[in-house]
Amino acid sequence: MSYIVAKDLVKHYGRGESAVEAVRGMSFQISAGEFVAIMGESGAGKSTVLSIMGAMNAPTSGEYIVDDINIYELKREQRADFRREFLGFIFQSFHLMPYLTVAENVMLPLAIVKVSRKEKVAMAQDALAWVGLADKANRLPSQISGGEKERVAIARAIVNEPPVLMADEPTGNLDTKTSGDVMDLLLKLNGDGMTIVMVTHSHKCAGHAGRILHITDGRLQEVLN
Amino acid sequence: MNLRDIAFRNMMRRKAKAGFVLAGLLIGIATVVGLISLVEAMTRDINHKLEKYGANILIVPRTENLSLTYGGLSLGGVSFEMEEIQQEALRNIQSIKNVANIAAVGPLVLGVITVAEHRSLLAGINFETTEILKPWWKLEGTAPDENGVLLGAEASRIMGLGVGDRMMVKDRSLVVSGILQPTGSQDDQLIFARLETAQSLLGKEGRISMAEVSALCQDCPIDSMVKQITDVLPGAKVMAIQQVVKGRMETLGQFKQFSYGISAVVVLVGSLVVFVTMMGSVRERTGEIGIFRAIGFRRSHVMRIILLEAGVISAVAGILGYVVGFGATKGALYIFGENQGAPVPFNLELAAWALAIALCVGLVSSIYPAVIAARLDPNEALRAI
Repeated sequence: MSYIVAKDLVKHYGRGESAVEAVRGMSFQISAGEFVAIMGESGAGKSTVLSIMGAMNAPTSGEYIVDDINIYELKREQRADFRREFLGFIFQSFHLMPYLTVAENVMLPLAIVKVSRKEKVAMAQDALAWVGLADKANRLPSQISGGEKERVAIARAIVNEPPVLMADEPTGNLDTKTSGDVMDLLLKLNGDGMTIVMVTHSHKCAGHAGRILHITDGRLQEVLN
Repeated sequence: MNLRDIAFRNMMRRKAKAGFVLAGLLIGIATVVGLISLVEAMTRDINHKLEKYGANILIVPRTENLSLTYGGLSLGGVSFEMEEIQQEALRNIQSIKNVANIAAVGPLVLGVITVAEHRSLLAGINFETTEILKPWWKLEGTAPDENGVLLGAEASRIMGLGVGDRMMVKDRSLVVSGILQPTGSQDDQLIFARLETAQSLLGKEGRISMAEVSALCQDCPIDSMVKQITDVLPGAKVMAIQQVVKGRMETLGQFKQFSYGISAVVVLVGSLVVFVTMMGSVRERTGEIGIFRAIGFRRSHVMRIILLEAGVISAVAGILGYVVGFGATKGALYIFGENQGAPVPFNLELAAWALAIALCVGLVSSIYPAVIAARLDPNEALRAI
């Protein structure tokens, strides 16, 4: 049974003659534990699809269902709760808080969770150990490399163990070797049962996914297994 | 890691912005505290000086007759038909609620005497309280003892008596111990003696004709004090000398209104500084707020972060503002005041108000920026990075 279901998703930006159709009737299904890559040219609508899937961008029409929850029937604050409980995000440019240490950045999603400080620290340490950065917990983001920042971003995304991970160009700013390390981590997470949706330009990275959704001009052109 | 940590870390990171908000509020609160403290100190000083204008409440015997005097011209002697007040009853004044506001009570006994064929009014007074009630009096010679009298300037001239001369009143020889220099008032016509001496000469032991009261009314309505004295002296008529009292109240009121007006303007400017800075801070943090929202922070969480920052800065500004305002007042009074040691007491109530106003201004001015931050669309905010 499909865990994520998108039905006839349409997304317009703007109105009238200046309106842009970013997504034009897209339907797909993703099973729990699947690793899906979304590929396409710049402006094809990949990021719009990811933001709709991230419960941050209501489609103009269509339905988006996760775990039998119709996401855009939820109220705005309920969608925030959904993001916190169901989704982990990895952003293209890491987006770490420069004034927080590595460990504090990882604890950020836990800041609004009713868990003791001790438990939060333990959860952050576990996540950092998992990405191999346990020894850099007290450093600031400015004191670590790009690859390490990406791993901190992964640790932050998985610290509260969400069932789905959304990654937007996770290797876009990394060299080949570091990109390989990051992909290994994502595969490891997928191997542990986490559903992963990754937007990427890289055929090499997409090659690690179980399925590739290829988007052109806002339409799903082909599905490669 | 919780919302407090995020707010605190952000403040530490953006020290200049936090410092700017702090400085804006601190200057505002310090100015308010300084102005109010200064006005309070000046009010105390003015009140102290106004005391020198003398009595502002009169206690006279109750009468059912209408006054037959106009413009200083007496058309009848009915005033002596009145019942007199028992001197002992004046002690009741010490039991009124606002007794602390009473500077002096001066009993006065009046009666007609004949001195060397001149009919004159003899006034028995308490010379110690007269120093407070009539501070403008200047004497040639000294205040009299129980066997002496003090002559008004006109009385001295008409009777041809000077300091050291003797006069006979009802078979009693009294020495003129002093002459009152001209005051331009009816006091120039009178012969003054100690209260007990006059009561004995007039046969009015234990009775008085009237009493004058000097009340300090910085914090009390004079009408209320008149009522309180009336309650404890049911046989007397108590009147406020309205001109003096109103003048005092108006002076104090104008000072307070001025300080409150200036304070309101300064607080408004302070709130604008907070508002503009917080709006700038929110715009600067658009991407950061987008990340908070993307990882599941609710609008209320974002608002709490912004308001926590504003609250902490405002509280610090309130406390420091009071200290700076308090110090500035002391400094200003030391440099510009006539009395360089004029006390400026620590005012816990004003300190609490300073903290409350700072918190109120800081939080109210930050509500709109916080709402704007909370309403940021996470998708739009992330695209703005």
